[in-house]
Amino acid sequence: MITWEFIIGHLNYWFFIVLMMTGLYIVIAKGNLVKKVVGLNIFQTSVFMFYISIGKVIGGTAPIFPVDMKINNDVVYSNPLPHVLILTAIVVGIATTSLALALIVRIREEYGTIEEDEIFIIEQELDFSNTRSNTDKPIGHF
Amino acid sequence: MKHHLILRVITKLLVGPIILFAFYVQFHGDYSPGGGFQAGVIMAVGIIIYGIVFDMEHAKKVLPPWFVHKMLAFGVLLYTFTGVISFFRGQNFLDYSALSPHSAIHGQHYGILIIELGVGITVSGVMIAIYYAFGSRTSEINDAEW
Amino acid sequence: MLFCLLILTAFATVKAHGLFGVVMLSGVFSLLSALLLITLDAVDVAFTEAAVGAGISIVLMLSTLTLTSRREKKSKNSNLIPLVIVTLTGLVLIYGTLDMPNFGAADTPSQMHVAREYIKRTPEDIHIPNIVTAILGSYRGYDTLGETAVIFTAGIGVLLILGRLSLRPRRRTKKIEKVL
Repeated sequence: MITWEFIIGHLNYWFFIVLMMTGLYIVIAKGNLVKKVVGLNIFQTSVFMFYISIGKVIGGTAPIFPVDMKINNDVVYSNPLPHVLILTAIVVGIATTSLALALIVRIREEYGTIEEDEIFIIEQELDFSNTRSNTDKPIGHF
Repeated sequence: MKHHLILRVITKLLVGPIILFAFYVQFHGDYSPGGGFQAGVIMAVGIIIYGIVFDMEHAKKVLPPWFVHKMLAFGVLLYTFTGVISFFRGQNFLDYSALSPHSAIHGQHYGILIIELGVGITVSGVMIAIYYAFGSRTSEINDAEW
Repeated sequence: MLFCLLILTAFATVKAHGLFGVVMLSGVFSLLSALLLITLDAVDVAFTEAAVGAGISIVLMLSTLTLTSRREKKSKNSNLIPLVIVTLTGLVLIYGTLDMPNFGAADTPSQMHVAREYIKRTPEDIHIPNIVTAILGSYRGYDTLGETAVIFTAGIGVLLILGRLSLRPRRRTKKIEKVL
């Protein structure tokens, strides 16, 4: 089962998995919020490439007919369906990225930092002072 | 940015062809790679590069923010309206053959043209609106720290 | 060759500390992936990825950087647990791909049924050369409507979050200064 042909045939899938794991590592391990968003972008892009590499046919061509529509029946086309799905996914990807960046700008304005551990400390202290002040007066904070 | 002469000259040369290329990609989406999304992004890039190199106030005079906000909604409405119009002819939602009574293929062509236009308008409006929103925030870091 | 450049760029993004460099590396990554997508016969997707990833994405991230900081703080936590998690997930995914067909085979299930129907029926039904636009606009037009609604919602969301000019003083920062 483990022949040379098998390895060559699957090498590109494994390669894209390595890229995906690099992006995931950036999201998990790094504390800076902007770097996390960049890592998420790397992860998304490598997932797209993985998905499109499933649809490729060796010896095929891009799924566009000639302009005068004289269709040659011997030409093999690559699968157009993953292209359509990934086109939608790219647009959704920028939507999420722009919303994430807007939230990062607001976090910086409120807390003064974009490092994850500093934000955690500030949130803990705010919660602590809120519970302490709640015992004094029954109205909530602010 | 007043003293970057090369940038200003190149931008003046480039903005026109960029917007023209955006229109080309939009309307040739049927014949070559392209379509609504790509055209919307390229058009937004043309306006954004003008807004970066020259002042953003000048870009806001060309496309004022209230116009961009109306563009956002207009694209989605155009798309939905194309789908709803086929209700009046007795077909299903988004069935383009109802758009042209004498030939189903012409109906498909009209339908694809109009919805790509709607998508292009919305995407370019969103990108420009996001750029305006990011750019109107006053920055708390002064230039020396940068 | 492109594969090696992509992996180099990804590893450089992990190591880099200046955020300006990180943003530029993400732009380079998008450009290289657009080149790779062209060799995979996906011209529409490469066009969109190059325009979006190397254009709009860089502009937005640089705008964010001018409104936030420019360097990343050195992290003091150990990197062992994330490495272990990432390696385990990678091994599980590789185990999942062992069943997949070889790269570029023409007789796989994904190539046979629906795709062949679309390629065969586009000249008869719609008669335009670009099959991807035909599927996006006509056969799967409802999905494109949903996607336009998604990008519209993202625009509205950003306008709501960042719509007004920055006001000062802030109530929360006053409270933080009282706490710290």
